[in-house]
Amino acid sequence: MTRVRAMHEIDVATAPLDERSKYLRRLVVRTLHGGERGHVGSSMSLVEIMRVLYDDILRFRADEPKWRWRDRMILSKGHGCIAQYVMLAEKGFIPYEVLDTFCRRDSILGGHPEAAKIPGVEASTGSLGHGLSYGVGMALAARIDKRDSRIIVVMGDGEINEGSVWEAALSAGKHRLSNLTAVVDYNKVQSAGPTSEVQDLEPLLDKWRAFNFAAVEVDGHDVEALREVFRRLPLAPDRPSAVICHTVKGKGIAFAENDANWHHKSKIGKDVVAQLYAALE
Amino acid sequence: MRATCQNMVYDLAKRDNRVIFIGSDLSPGLLAQMKKEMPERWYMEGITEANVIGMAAGLAMEGYIPYVNTIATFITRRCYEQVAVDLCLHELPVRLIGNGGGLVYAPLGPTHLAIEDIAIMRALPNMTVTAVCEAKEMVRLMNCTLDWPHPIYIRLAKGGDPVVSVEENGFAIGKAIPMRRARGRRSIVLMSTGVMTTNCLAAADLLSKDGHDVSVVHFHTVKPLDEEAALEFADGAELVVTVEEGTRIGGFGSAVTDVLVEKLGVATPPVLRIGLPDAFPHKYGLQEELFEIYGLTPAQIAARTVKSLKVKDKVA
Repeated sequence: MTRVRAMHEIDVATAPLDERSKYLRRLVVRTLHGGERGHVGSSMSLVEIMRVLYDDILRFRADEPKWRWRDRMILSKGHGCIAQYVMLAEKGFIPYEVLDTFCRRDSILGGHPEAAKIPGVEASTGSLGHGLSYGVGMALAARIDKRDSRIIVVMGDGEINEGSVWEAALSAGKHRLSNLTAVVDYNKVQSAGPTSEVQDLEPLLDKWRAFNFAAVEVDGHDVEALREVFRRLPLAPDRPSAVICHTVKGKGIAFAENDANWHHKSKIGKDVVAQLYAALE
Repeated sequence: MRATCQNMVYDLAKRDNRVIFIGSDLSPGLLAQMKKEMPERWYMEGITEANVIGMAAGLAMEGYIPYVNTIATFITRRCYEQVAVDLCLHELPVRLIGNGGGLVYAPLGPTHLAIEDIAIMRALPNMTVTAVCEAKEMVRLMNCTLDWPHPIYIRLAKGGDPVVSVEENGFAIGKAIPMRRARGRRSIVLMSTGVMTTNCLAAADLLSKDGHDVSVVHFHTVKPLDEEAALEFADGAELVVTVEEGTRIGGFGSAVTDVLVEKLGVATPPVLRIGLPDAFPHKYGLQEELFEIYGLTPAQIAARTVKSLKVKDKVA
C-alpha cells in the first residue's frame, strides 16, 4: 500500500521520532556544540531525508568517494550541511571526531560544505540556487557516459525563490533527465519568516509538474514513506523527478520548531547544548 | 574572430571527446555540423545564463570541457555569482566565450557594451582572462585551451580584424608577445590587449615617423599577467602607455600598473593608462566611432602619448 499521499492529506510530524532519528539529531547537536553555532532549524528538518538517502538509497563507496559509478547527492541548501556531515560520519567518510571541529579555523567542516575538503561532498554549496544546474550537467554527463548514476539535488524551500532554480528546471524538463531528482525540504520557514509570507511557493507541486517533472509529495520525517518514494525513482521513465518533502523547521527540538529565530544560531554555549539534548530525550 | 572561435570548438570536439558546446540563444544553424555529428555534445539552452554556467560546471565536474558561448555582458555580469562559485571556486576547466567584448555592440547601446568584463573577470580567483587580437591568434589560443586546467574567459572582438600576429612569435597562455621592439632602453612602451594591439602598432608607426623610439607589447592574456615581460619592457622606459577597450578601473592598465608599482617602486616610469572612462557610453553608431569618442584610434593614441611626454617633461 502506498504511503505517498496527496498534499491535503499530508500532516507532518505527528508520529514520534524513532531512536535512530533521535540519535542522528544528537550528532547534529554534538556538531553545533563543536562550532558553538550553526543552522539548527535548517539541519533538523533535513535529518530524515539525509538518513534515508544514505541508509537506503544512494550507491557510494566511503573508501573511494570518487567511485565513478556512485550516485551523486548534491546538498544545494548548503546551510543544512550538519545533517549531511553526521551521515558522512555514520558511513565512514569522515571520523566522528571531525564533527567536534565544526567551523573551527583548520576544520574541514565549514558552515557550508566544500567539495575540495570533505570526502563525499560533490559540490561546494552555500550560495543558493546553484545545485540543480550542477545536477543537470551531471545528469547529462551520466547520459553521455551511459552511466546509470542517479543525481539527487536537495534544495531548501527558501532556496527555490532563486530564479536560477527554475532555469535549471526548464533545462532538466527539456532534456527529459529521468536520472535527475529534485528534492525540496519544504519546512515552510525561511530565514525571514514563513515562506507563505516571505515569498509564497504555492501551488508548489503544480509548479514542478508544469516544468515537466514527475512530482510527488511526502512526509519528510516519515522514514518509511521517504524510502518508498526514493525507491520508486525515477517517478516517470522519461522525465526528471521532484519529491516535495513536507517537513518541520527545527524538527525534534520542540522549542525551536517552526521558529525562524532558530534558522541559524550563534553563541551556542553549554546551556543551550544541554537544552537541545534534553529536548531529544 | 567569432566564427573562427566557434568553429575551433567543433574542431577541438573532433579531436577530444571531452569537449562540449553550450550556447544560450545564438544564431540559428550555429555549429550545425557539430550538432548533427555529436548531438550529445552540442547544447542550446536558451536565455538561462545562470543555469548554463552551473550546467557547464556539472559537466566539468564529471571530466568534460564545456565551451560556453553568449554575449560578453551576459556571460560575465548576468551570471557573475555562478562564474565565481561554480567555476572559480571549484576551479573547473570551463571556457567562457564572450561575443562582442568592449564596444563591439555600439549600435545596441549600453546594455550590450562589455566595458568592465576584463576588470570583473580579473578580480575572480582562479580565472584566466584572454583577449586575442585577431582570428589567427584565436586559433593559437583555442589550441591551448584543451589542457589549461582553470576556467578561461575568452573575449571576442568584432571580427574581420586585420591580421597582425605572427606565427613565429609562438603562443602560450600567460606569455606576452613583443610585437615591436624599440632600439634603445629609454623608449616609449605601448602595452595593450585585444584589438587595441592593432591600433597600438599603427600608433607606433606614427610616433616613429616623428622620431620616437617605440616598443609594442601584446598581452593576449590579462590574467595571469606576464609580469616578467611588463617589467622587462617598463624598466628604464621613458613612458609606459597601456591601451585597452574597457574601463580603466581594474582593467588591463590597472593590472600592469599594480605590477610596476609593486616591483619597481620609485623607479616606476610614468604610466599613461588609456581606456574607457567611468561612465556608461551613451552614443550609438559604429564601434570605430566610439573609439574616436574615447580617444582609442591610432592617431589619438599617438597624440595622447606625445602629450603625456610633454606633461612629464614639464613636471621634470
